[in-house]
Amino acid sequence: MAAPFPNLQSLVDMTNSLHRDRMIESLDTSAVLVKRKENEHRVRSESPTLPAFARLAISSRARIERRMEGPMASISLAPAPAATAGCGSGSRFAHVQQAPEDPIYGVTNAFLKDPSPVKVNLGVGAYRTEEGKPLVLNVVRKAEEQLLADKSRNKEYLPISGITHFSRLSAQLILGSDCPAIAEKRIVTAQCLSGTGCLRVGGEFLAKHYSGPKIIYIPATTWTNHFRIFPNAGMEARTYRYYDPKTKGLDYEGMMEDLRAAPSGAVVLLHACAHNPTGVDPTREQWAEIQHLVRDEKQLLPFFDSAYQGFASGSLDADAWAVRQFVNDGGETLVAQSYAKNMGLYGERVGALSVIVKDPDVALRIESQVNLVIRPMYSSPPTFGAAIVCTILGNKALYEEWKVELKGMADRIISMRHQLFDALKARATPGTWDHIVNQIGMFTYSGLSKEQVEYMKTEYHIHMTSDGRISMAGLNTRTVPQLADAIHAAVLQFA
Amino acid sequence: MTLAAGVSKFEAVTMAPPDPILGVSEAFRADTSDAKLNLGVGAYRTEELQPLVLNVVKKAEKKMLESGENKEYLPIEGLAAFNKATAELLLGADSPAIKEGRVATVQGLSGTGSLRLGAAFIQRYFPGAKVLISSPTWGNHKNIFNDAGVPWSEYRYFEPKTVGLDFEGMMADIKDAPSGSFILLHGCAHNPTGIDPTPEQWEKIADLIEEKGHMAFFDVAYQGFASGSLDQDADSVRLFVKRGLEILVAQSYSKNLGLYAERIGAINAVVHSSDVAVRVKSQLKRLARPMYSNPPVHGAKIVANVVGDAALFDEWRAEMEMMAGRIKTVRQRLYDDLSTKDKSGKDWSFVLKQIGMFSFTGLNRAQSDNMSDKWHVYMTKDGRISLAGLSLAKCSYLADAIIDSYYNVQ
Repeated sequence: MAAPFPNLQSLVDMTNSLHRDRMIESLDTSAVLVKRKENEHRVRSESPTLPAFARLAISSRARIERRMEGPMASISLAPAPAATAGCGSGSRFAHVQQAPEDPIYGVTNAFLKDPSPVKVNLGVGAYRTEEGKPLVLNVVRKAEEQLLADKSRNKEYLPISGITHFSRLSAQLILGSDCPAIAEKRIVTAQCLSGTGCLRVGGEFLAKHYSGPKIIYIPATTWTNHFRIFPNAGMEARTYRYYDPKTKGLDYEGMMEDLRAAPSGAVVLLHACAHNPTGVDPTREQWAEIQHLVRDEKQLLPFFDSAYQGFASGSLDADAWAVRQFVNDGGETLVAQSYAKNMGLYGERVGALSVIVKDPDVALRIESQVNLVIRPMYSSPPTFGAAIVCTILGNKALYEEWKVELKGMADRIISMRHQLFDALKARATPGTWDHIVNQIGMFTYSGLSKEQVEYMKTEYHIHMTSDGRISMAGLNTRTVPQLADAIHAAVLQFA
Repeated sequence: MTLAAGVSKFEAVTMAPPDPILGVSEAFRADTSDAKLNLGVGAYRTEELQPLVLNVVKKAEKKMLESGENKEYLPIEGLAAFNKATAELLLGADSPAIKEGRVATVQGLSGTGSLRLGAAFIQRYFPGAKVLISSPTWGNHKNIFNDAGVPWSEYRYFEPKTVGLDFEGMMADIKDAPSGSFILLHGCAHNPTGIDPTPEQWEKIADLIEEKGHMAFFDVAYQGFASGSLDQDADSVRLFVKRGLEILVAQSYSKNLGLYAERIGAINAVVHSSDVAVRVKSQLKRLARPMYSNPPVHGAKIVANVVGDAALFDEWRAEMEMMAGRIKTVRQRLYDDLSTKDKSGKDWSFVLKQIGMFSFTGLNRAQSDNMSDKWHVYMTKDGRISLAGLSLAKCSYLADAIIDSYYNVQ
């Protein structure tokens, strides 16, 4: 491609970004370890070490120089020739490729296109009722009505870190209102755009200000967006083993080994509960060992992703247990909270990022620097969803009502697990299916192969992600038999 | 379990300075004087100096609540009805570019978020390309490009001697920029100066940008709010599109629909073909996904409801004319008071000529400090006052403060 190369550094930068582009593209379609390419690059922050890239840059430059006529200095931003006819020759953007479809959204698109009247969408992780409909919680509707009726409300810009009351309530929700870190003012909490926004802002903050290695360890099997968020934030992403396909459970030894091999002080991403996509969580004994490794052996910085508090077990406290263990040992911790699932506020984009440190003075300084990350990204967060959260968490009656509705959602999902398990047992489907009832949260990592998933889509109109992840929230009593039939047939078809 | 001990891994983090614009409101809030006046952040105030939620917005929200819509995730690119409406508002509903599918629109987090997506896109697809921003410009522009990793430099814009546009300087700096640079232009109501190029000057700017192989990147934060007319305020953007030039445009509904805290805007790329538009949109989405996954639904639905209903749309236009009209009235009163009180014969007419929410007073840092320290008038230190925060009743007081600061403080 032709591009301006006024100097070597910009060529290096361009090569870096192309490499990162290819890295990110491969990560888009695969949730496993970062692939090593040509020059043994890992996904890096914005400025890789010059020597490695310079080698590549010089060879690239030589290749490009041979292709061009005249010296590099006279290159102008001429558009690349169109690869195929009619794809925009003469456009300054002709070199822009079509991005691969996000695998999760791709499932919904395929579902929408499926003409079958019995199609089932078990793709995206959004709760559905027994009738298969999206759900807006009653408490949320009540909160909305209250907000609309409140004449004192306006739409003025929020502070950069959002609604202060929201941040305070959120910290109390995840950490418990009696958490020493809160009393000691060692915590800074910023309202961000749901889980993704918290992780991105936290990642950028760490890339700029963390004194340890700017490397984050992510479970090798995880929400695919984790692999995009952190490199874009400027952190290098590495993985630790997590899911064992043989047991359909936790690869505990592999996890501990990989974390032990990490450089001291690296950052480690931990799913607070209801691991996405596997539903496999460490036991409490395993959490204690992980904590010992993180805090005492390796001084790793834990960054919790809490997207399902209350939604996994039905209990807000139980689902926050792991986070609280870590925060209450006095160590430094980051927590990303999302209200997308547990309050059904998906599209409102509500979340809270907390940074818990050893010192209140440090906390104040961190707050100011987190603001500097947010301001050039979107200035300040959206108000509506956070106002709903405040209304609910800040009112005893609404809070209690919320807990009941939350348990209702969690219970329905658990019931779906048992119904599916029973249905497979009734069909004597080959294989072990205990993982369906052992895994926790919205998803079942079924262990089905790509081919089996594809077969279920075409023959039974069951739509789910190709990794075999089933969104249990998308099931109901009527569709469980259809799914069981589909799994049974797929297992027999591809033994 | 040993209690984790040791020094904080964040010990070396320094306290960041407060935001120059948002920090003004904080200082205002802390001031206990009855005479205090907040002319800092660009948020519209009524004559009673109260924030305003537009009637059409209240009606739209009521309608949304009554229809019981769900809160499902939007697609990464945002609400389709909003994206359609926003592109049509910007380019005109009959725009050939839209009809030909040559406009890629992605809902963004107001102006800032949309600029950030555009900046990230430039960094990835035009590596090494520079953005030129006006001197002065909105304080957050440079932060956005810095964090996106896009190099920038300035083009001359404000001429203190005339308190007007340094057109020669602007053209010279655009001409000098390496071919293929991006030129950040304010679509109307330049922030912070309020000084816009004339239509003739816009033509020459477009000529030069075309000649040099640059690309215009418009920041449109005041469409409809500057003159009161949505179409007039979009003239500069539409000129470039009519010429067949490819452009980027960031839009915001913070001011013109008063949706500040809902964070609603859009990034648009107007390109040469529909194939390219599809690809560009896919890559803009790919930048948004690791930033916030998908944008907030509430503000988008408000805009879609207002624009999609003929009666609400007309009512919106009337409310916008009212807001723009109040600001023009306040400008006139301030000018009258300054001219009457200042016996030196200084020409204060720039107050009338400047457009939009802001006036660049020409006051320097020390003089701006005097405004807050002595007169409890809060403004940004670059000399910018927000007329949206000024009432007719306060014009006289403000004129006194400006005259005192201008003449008695160096």
